[in-house]
Amino acid sequence: MSQYLTKRNFVFLGILATFAYFYHKDGDVTTSVVSTAVSFGLPLALAAMVGIMCERTGIVNIGIEGTMLVSAFAAFFVSSLSGSLIIGFIAAVLVGLLAGLLLALMAVSWRMDQIIAGTIINILATGLTSFLFKQGHTLPDAMPEIDIPGLQSIPFFGPVLFMHGPITYFGLIFIIFLWVALFHTAWGLRSRAVGEHPGSADTAGVSVIRLRYLNVGLAGLIGGVTGAFLSLELVGSFERGLTAGKGFTALALMIFGRWNPLGALAAAMFFGVAQAVTNQLMIDQVVNIPQQFVNMLPYVLTILVLAFAAGKVRPPAAEGQPYEKEQA
Amino acid sequence: MVALDTEEIVHKSRRVFDVGSWLIPVVAVIVAMLIAAVLMYLQGAAPLTAYTSLLKSAFGSVSGFGKTLGKATPLVLSGLAVTIGLRAGLFNIGAQGQLISGAIASAWAGYAIHGLPMVIHLPLALLIGAFFGSLTGLIAGALKAYRGIHEVISTIMLNSIVISLVDYLASGPLKEHGQPLTRTAPVLKSALVPKIFGLPLGFFLSIALAYVAWWVFRRTTSGFRLETVGRNKNAAWYAGISVKRSILIAMTVGGAVAGLGGAVETLGITGRFEPAFNAGLGFDGITIALLGRANPLGIIPGAILIGGMRAGAGSMQFDAGVAPEIVDLLMALILFFVSAPLLTRWLRRGKTGNSGLTGGWGS
Amino acid sequence: MSPLLEVIGISKQYPGVLANDNISLTVNKGEVVALLGENGAGKSTLVKAVFGLVRPDSGEIRIKGEPIIFGDTNGIIGRGVGMVHQHFQLVPVMTVAENIVLGDEPRRGMLLNMKKARAEVKALSERYGLDVDPEAIVEDLPVGMQQRIEILKALRKEVDLLILDEPTAVLTPQETDELLTVVRALATQGVGVVLITHKLREVMAVADRVVVLRDGKVVGTTSPKESDEEGLAQLMVGRDVVLRVEKGDAHPGKPALTIKGLVVRDDRKLKAVDGVDLEVLSGEIVGVAGVEGNGQRELVEAICGMRHREAGAVLVNGIATEDMHPHSVHLAGISHIPEDREKHGFVSTYNVADNLVLNQFDQEPFARGWIRNADEIEKNAESLVEQFDIRTPSIKTSTGALSGGNKQKVIVARELSQDLHVLVAAQPTRGVDVGSIEFIHNQLVAARDRGAAVLLVSAELDEILSLSDRVAVISRGKIVATLDAKGADRAYIGRLMAGLHD
Repeated sequence: MSQYLTKRNFVFLGILATFAYFYHKDGDVTTSVVSTAVSFGLPLALAAMVGIMCERTGIVNIGIEGTMLVSAFAAFFVSSLSGSLIIGFIAAVLVGLLAGLLLALMAVSWRMDQIIAGTIINILATGLTSFLFKQGHTLPDAMPEIDIPGLQSIPFFGPVLFMHGPITYFGLIFIIFLWVALFHTAWGLRSRAVGEHPGSADTAGVSVIRLRYLNVGLAGLIGGVTGAFLSLELVGSFERGLTAGKGFTALALMIFGRWNPLGALAAAMFFGVAQAVTNQLMIDQVVNIPQQFVNMLPYVLTILVLAFAAGKVRPPAAEGQPYEKEQA
Repeated sequence: MVALDTEEIVHKSRRVFDVGSWLIPVVAVIVAMLIAAVLMYLQGAAPLTAYTSLLKSAFGSVSGFGKTLGKATPLVLSGLAVTIGLRAGLFNIGAQGQLISGAIASAWAGYAIHGLPMVIHLPLALLIGAFFGSLTGLIAGALKAYRGIHEVISTIMLNSIVISLVDYLASGPLKEHGQPLTRTAPVLKSALVPKIFGLPLGFFLSIALAYVAWWVFRRTTSGFRLETVGRNKNAAWYAGISVKRSILIAMTVGGAVAGLGGAVETLGITGRFEPAFNAGLGFDGITIALLGRANPLGIIPGAILIGGMRAGAGSMQFDAGVAPEIVDLLMALILFFVSAPLLTRWLRRGKTGNSGLTGGWGS
Repeated sequence: MSPLLEVIGISKQYPGVLANDNISLTVNKGEVVALLGENGAGKSTLVKAVFGLVRPDSGEIRIKGEPIIFGDTNGIIGRGVGMVHQHFQLVPVMTVAENIVLGDEPRRGMLLNMKKARAEVKALSERYGLDVDPEAIVEDLPVGMQQRIEILKALRKEVDLLILDEPTAVLTPQETDELLTVVRALATQGVGVVLITHKLREVMAVADRVVVLRDGKVVGTTSPKESDEEGLAQLMVGRDVVLRVEKGDAHPGKPALTIKGLVVRDDRKLKAVDGVDLEVLSGEIVGVAGVEGNGQRELVEAICGMRHREAGAVLVNGIATEDMHPHSVHLAGISHIPEDREKHGFVSTYNVADNLVLNQFDQEPFARGWIRNADEIEKNAESLVEQFDIRTPSIKTSTGALSGGNKQKVIVARELSQDLHVLVAAQPTRGVDVGSIEFIHNQLVAARDRGAAVLLVSAELDEILSLSDRVAVISRGKIVATLDAKGADRAYIGRLMAGLHD
């Protein structure tokens, strides 16, 4: 019994209690805030998945930001030019995959310092998007909201979980899927082995290089999905600062979530709630702080999250180290 | 068994004329320009016209060259800030935030302090800019030294925090009275950086600083400490070097240099603080530092080249219809090609302790 | 019936060194063949060739009569060749079962079937008499147990040929005996075993045949019946081996290094040093004998200020030294040749000259105040390179480019050229070529004769016995005996090391 009396569970209960209290006070507003929180938190969570897929296999991915940026760009402009959201989405996914493969090329084959490799992706993304950007485009139509029949009518949980766009659903399902895959499949076991002790995987017959390319490529693909979400589902357009540091916040969430998909999801939702609540407070004029300080909030929060997690977390042991086949 | 004299001679001359290491950046620039040329062509512009216009306006006249050097100055300083960090094993992406801190602080010092002769006012304003830049750097350094937060994330977060903060200041407390625009009042004449023979003084100041940095790393015990920390933290600790102190110093000094860069830009070019003045200068610094292979002197040619490109971008647009953003793309391509395997082997110094840049998040 | 393994005329050239020179050998079913040789003799290159990781310049390798294909490591493993590595290839944070099934996992549909995995591990464990707990986390297990997992991993696939690379380096004498019993049992079951080692004792105990490698060549094929330890040693090294170092008597003086009641915890917060009292007099060498993992590393680190001392004191000439401050301990008079030389001993991208002054860079004459004195640094380097016979193309050569022995000589030169009161030498000849080993041994004796108090920690009992004046045996964090080296009973020490106290 005492194993359940952990600090983490208390915090969790406290959060649930807070939600219940606010729902009691004003059901509609609470529901809309939490629903918005899910929309804010989802790209962060997905981006954190990108980070997890890479880091669990031993590759540090600083380029999530750039990956999302180019993908968002591709999604928006290809949709606009082709008149189809689906084609735009596919374009974004492909661009994300390319970015992932590029990172894999630099980090795995060229054995570059992975932070520099990721930064190169970010700078390339900024350069490309800023050069190719053209004013005046719009989306052919808005991303449809898909309400799940029956489930959508559940008070509170209905609007919060079951009335979102398609990418949101995909994202949430993917996160659960990733958790299962990482801890309960052979792929997951091998990937984690590669991230902790590549030599052990190598001698067991697993190709470290191939697995790293696969995982980083897949991660890039998910990064593409996230970018598509940002420009197609969340905002509905593309601006130069669209990603605004989300790729880096995602890394902090990944660390705070202990490289576990569900942990990172929880952390991302916490972030989403913080932002949604702040927005709501501003709208209601409950607090009156200058807009610029509100804008600072996610960045300050990220630093605080990292400061809190520092020293208490244990990253995959082999992350950041290029693998050279040295034999015993 | 020490070598014969011929080895010594060959070794010494290789260090000066290290053709191998000069070749890579040059090749990278050429390849990048070719690719950009292709893109220009696809967009319907004439690459040759574009490049000639660019070069002519950047290097063809005294006033053009002056503009180039003016643009190059904050690049040298920003690149120097990143270089100092790299030498100590840190990836300081915060040059942008540090630079902006310096810019607004120096602008304030420039217009708010009255009645001083230029001999005092200008250096004072520059120093205040450097100081506030160093504070911004110090925050990231302290976060790393005491909480182990990786400087890549913290500096990028700080960049955004500083941008918001400065935006608030420039539209609120420090705003120019009675004006609708978000900017500070113009800086007093006594704090403006003068030109010498039409060339901005700030540039020579930045070169001098680069040389000083190079000398410190080569010849002094402090430089040795930072270098050792950058190459092998454990051996450094063992040899009695305080790793924490080195991290703090590298980030603070780097921040000061970047802050100075912002100050020079404000007091030498724009004459006041405007928020949109320097998007991306921090990232340019990274490219220049890596182009110069983290050598304080090596950043100078890169800075002049990039400065020239930025200075000439306007006339390139006018003459050939190419968007000035192509320079951003060019820089990104240059950075990519320069990072080809040869360079990275140098940067990934030794197997123990990695290169210091990539490490566990929990460390 | 073809032999399990045939190596026919294998040669492999690397830049500057002929690693394998026309090597031939065979291993038959049920045979234990010992591959004996010093570090650098060519053993690991040969093994890599057998696994298809290295392409020989000439020659052929056949497994059960069929030639192997270079690069097809998985295929070679599939033909029944297994390897137990010297440095374990295990994932520390995963369980025993996860480690053993990695790469060939039992599944139920898309998901892992860990229940079946655990059952498999239990079955393997019983079949070979190697008891392990499938749910245990590898990093929590003692070294001997971890090795069992390595072996089980190899045995899981039906192996006909098992290669063991320096398996006893980290085992107690008792665990070694258990391992050798397992080896014999495997041979009886028909498995061919190749035992790669440089330990003569084990060879004599378990091998059917011995193949001796030296400088890449096979210099002799014999068997324990036809030879003895001295004979094997001579083949291995090529000349009359001086198994004991030439040294005169010690003239010990006052206590220079005093350790009182020292308690130190390891990285996993367990007590690695559990109340150690030890004294080293000036002018004597005290050797700490023990199997790796009994607290020696933590002891050395605590003495040298690199690990926190939970309790107790370390005194030099009666004055206490600081905790957790390696440089101040150094300034207090303790010179140190570190166990992990790449990590603590030098900066591999610095040149030899800079590394020779690494822990004195800010002192006269190498620096005057803030400015370093390049001339003095060079002068010092040239003199030390000469004096300590450091083989390097130039003092400006990057230290990482030197051989292991010469890297160690750089560290030895640096430490021995400064004022010497106490010298702590941790595994000073590990990974060092024979010529350098002799040199370093002589330097240690010379330091002793100059009046230094030398504390020697080594996993090689022979090294301890030949160099030390007194021997302290460490077992599970305690010093269980201190005795004179002259006339010490090797078997007795072995039992002490294994934790068996009389």
